[in-house]
Amino acid sequence: MKTVFADSLIIGGGLAGLRTAIATRTRGLDTIVLSLIPAKRSHSAAAQGGMQGSLAATIKGEGDNENVHFADTVKGSDWGCDQQVARMFANTAPKAVRELATWGVPWTRVRRGPRQVVINAERVTITEKDDNHGLISARDFGGTRKWRTCYTADGTGHTMLYAVDNKAIEFGIAVHERKEAIALIHDGSTCYGAVVRDLITGELIAYVARATTIATGGYGRLYAISTNSVISEGMGTAIALETGVASLGNMEAVQFHPTAIVPVGILTTEGCRGDGGLLKDKDGYRFMPDYEPGKKELASRDVVSRRMTEHMRKGKGVASPYGDHLWLDITLLGKEHIEKNLREVKEICEYFLGIDPVKEYIPVRPTQHYSMGGIRTKPTGESRQLSGLFAAGEVSCWDMHGFNRLGGNSVAETIVAGMIVGEYVADYCERSSVDIPTSVVRAFVMREEAAITEIIGRSGEDPYELKREMQQIMMEKVGIFRMGSDLQEAVDGLRGLLLRSRNITVRNKARHSNPELVEAIRVPKMIKLALTVACGALARTESRGAHAREDYPERNDRDWLNRTLSWWKDEKDDLPVLEYENLDVMSMEMPPGTRGYGKANMIAHPDTEKRVKQIEEIKESMPNADRFEVQRAIMPYDLPEKYQGKNERVGVGFE
Amino acid sequence: MSGANDGRTLKFHILKYDPQQGGDKPRMVTYEVKEAPGMTIFIALNEIRETQDRALQFDFVCRAGICGSCGMVINGKPDLACRTLTAKFKKPEITLLPLPAFDLIGDLSVNTGSYTRAMSERVRTWIHDEEGKQVDLNELEERMDPDLADEIYELDRCIECGCCISACATKRMRDGFLGAMGFMKVARFAVDSRDKRSDSDWYEVIGNDDGVFGCMSLMGCEDNCPKDLPHQTKIAYLRRKMVGAAR
Ligand SMILES: Cc1cc2nc3c(=O)[nH]c(=O)nc-3n(C[C@H](O)[C@H](O)[C@H](O)COP(=O)(O)OP(=O)(O)OC[C@H]3O[C@@H](n4cnc5c(N)ncnc54)[C@H](O)[C@@H]3O)c2cc1C
Ligand code: SF4
Ligand code: SF4
Ligand code: FES
Repeated sequence: MKTVFADSLIIGGGLAGLRTAIATRTRGLDTIVLSLIPAKRSHSAAAQGGMQGSLAATIKGEGDNENVHFADTVKGSDWGCDQQVARMFANTAPKAVRELATWGVPWTRVRRGPRQVVINAERVTITEKDDNHGLISARDFGGTRKWRTCYTADGTGHTMLYAVDNKAIEFGIAVHERKEAIALIHDGSTCYGAVVRDLITGELIAYVARATTIATGGYGRLYAISTNSVISEGMGTAIALETGVASLGNMEAVQFHPTAIVPVGILTTEGCRGDGGLLKDKDGYRFMPDYEPGKKELASRDVVSRRMTEHMRKGKGVASPYGDHLWLDITLLGKEHIEKNLREVKEICEYFLGIDPVKEYIPVRPTQHYSMGGIRTKPTGESRQLSGLFAAGEVSCWDMHGFNRLGGNSVAETIVAGMIVGEYVADYCERSSVDIPTSVVRAFVMREEAAITEIIGRSGEDPYELKREMQQIMMEKVGIFRMGSDLQEAVDGLRGLLLRSRNITVRNKARHSNPELVEAIRVPKMIKLALTVACGALARTESRGAHAREDYPERNDRDWLNRTLSWWKDEKDDLPVLEYENLDVMSMEMPPGTRGYGKANMIAHPDTEKRVKQIEEIKESMPNADRFEVQRAIMPYDLPEKYQGKNERVGVGFE
Repeated sequence: MSGANDGRTLKFHILKYDPQQGGDKPRMVTYEVKEAPGMTIFIALNEIRETQDRALQFDFVCRAGICGSCGMVINGKPDLACRTLTAKFKKPEITLLPLPAFDLIGDLSVNTGSYTRAMSERVRTWIHDEEGKQVDLNELEERMDPDLADEIYELDRCIECGCCISACATKRMRDGFLGAMGFMKVARFAVDSRDKRSDSDWYEVIGNDDGVFGCMSLMGCEDNCPKDLPHQTKIAYLRRKMVGAAR
């Protein structure tokens, strides 16, 4: 049995994994990163639009700070997030943007003087201050009160990932590529690493570590059409689920992005609308102001996606061989702006649609985009059940996004989580003993070895067929609008697929580099994940954020202000076990309220009024306190000491 | 979504070779695929794998022309397979070969990762700034000229796909030749005011025949770069800079 030892094992070489690795390496720990592919090719590279951090350097960001960013995030989440985590995040995000600046990200900068922008379909001139020249700029994004999304043209994720991976190379961090973690090694209370398959040689290797951090990204490919990369298949989430011990959180919270191109589902960034692009219907009519007079195209994503779907249901979609779609019109932004700031979008339109977005409308429709749910952790990133197991980035549910994530908050989360969780991982490594039972390790490797032998040996089900059926069920029955009856059918259908998947096999019998075998290992895991999504969605009889039940249209804080937890307790089970974790209104900084966009249709929580009053009293009792003191009095939270500092902003200093 | 050639039957001639399979030899295999509107090579290869050859190896990640995973030689030209529409080819014959100059994993899959890591270590593709390491992240960031930021971004757009390396005649003859990908990195960091390396530091990296003096300026790189990086101007610029540094 080949065994590799490390202090800190990181599964995933995207932004979250690499930033966590840098944190633990900086603390002197022996750190190894695993990745399916070269790290710089990770899905993080595809992020176009930007990263939120309240630097407030552009004139349209003036007055922004952690408080505003926090409030936007909580509203965006439809009050489903952990507010302490949102606070940790909002305070660290500006530092994360600035750190990346020193690591080489060429953030687009503020240029002094007047410039033309498009706001609400009109060209207006804004004038940037002399004093702010050369500071990091920001653009507008959905669901935010200020222009807060820092960016490099529309290649933000790419420049971030390159800067962070280069930093990891500078630190000499080993990235073991073309390796797939297929199981976690644990004894029911502590995680000791992972069983890893070498995708070239097929060899199984035990990676044994004091702490294991999963940073494998989202599970978008449970859906047939997704903006996600083809490797975003949720494997990290699945191996945590398969421990039977670690729980997943809010798996039903799946985001649909308003503007992916039809038919292939490649994203055009929210920056298109942030910079002034409009949504239009088959008559060329701009319909969003009718539905959302306030934020229009820039309401949060869940709201815009639903409004688009509603509008298409009214017969206003553009018919195509691939179903109805709507138009994204960025022609009004002008050639110069598009070629400079929306260049990837232009390339995508040219290559995949054969159109020029400077002159033509882009065919778009809402498409699966982001996984809010994932491995449920504490605010430190550690699993609530398995010690030594951590999660960071899109794979985790620590839980910053609740039921809807704001654009630009995800790449920000990956870096911030890497910074924060990385410190807690290092603390854990320093505390934990190196005592790792080899018998446990050996048993896990042998179990996986035997499972692969069985897959290769038997005759049975085709992985591609099972996958296709699963993806189709998710598309048709667990989509933007959900109905109890559809969801029940989805659960039944997926359960059938799960049973069939126990007999999965391959035609190509090679043990080494064998793409079919990779599928055969993954597909049964994906079906389990799909079941946690479908079962969670069926059980949640309310609408919150991206989870929209047509049969239960109201947000029901009285009965559903909670987080769904799911487990796969026994390998032989054919459904997950669901439990719920209540969100405590009495400790919230922002008690549940209306978002200011979307339909306000709610059943209030009995504690809300009480908490609102209590917060008023706290504020009144400290008339001379500054905003930091007030915040601490209302909802104290922890952060590693190095990230507790106040953030400076131009013109206002540290206030 | 050009549907001009709907209904054609495409012939894909693909190099098949599994170096890990004892006795296997490189050979061309032909697969037939019915063309669909908007079909890319990504779509076609997945269809071939699902329906005709479960062992066929290739790499895609983003399938959107962003991540650089899918470089291969398509009808003689190194390019990104995911964003190549089959309709672009007038004749319904498409020959696919793995990118040369990289270790072959199998069929169309090559190991660019080990190459790019070594390249990064050689060029030291990170900001060199001893003082920067002391920066207080709570304070205002250092200012940068907006034009400079844009200029860095232009060079930072390289996706390490390897198309330029595969198209380079010098690289074929000199294994140690840094190649255009590396030159673009040097250009990117040399223009960045945050990187404090001097011309003589750069001379150590590229001031020799494995560096910019080995380049024959035939511009295979620029002609094949899917991200349109300005190879010609930048290589010329680096050469002038290095000639200056040598004096
Ligand atoms: C098209 C698109 C555009 C986006 N634009 C934005 C934006 O503008 N702003 C924003 O904030 N967010 C954006 N997002 C979201 C954001 O990009 C992602 O949420 C984020 O990058 C996820 O980063 P990550 O590090 O968590 O995971 P990823 O970048 O997905 O990395 C996952 C890593 O895990 C590895 N891995 C996976 N499984 C295994 C396994 N079993 N074993 C070993 N390794 C494994 C992979 O190789 C990879 O290295 C966008 C998303 C998409 C789809
Ligand atoms: S320079 Fe161009 S061709 Fe070369 S690796 Fe970079 S993107 Fe690819
Ligand atoms: S110009 Fe130089 S680097 Fe580019 S392909 Fe020719 S020899 Fe290679
Ligand atoms: S798959 Fe990412 S560039 Fe082709």
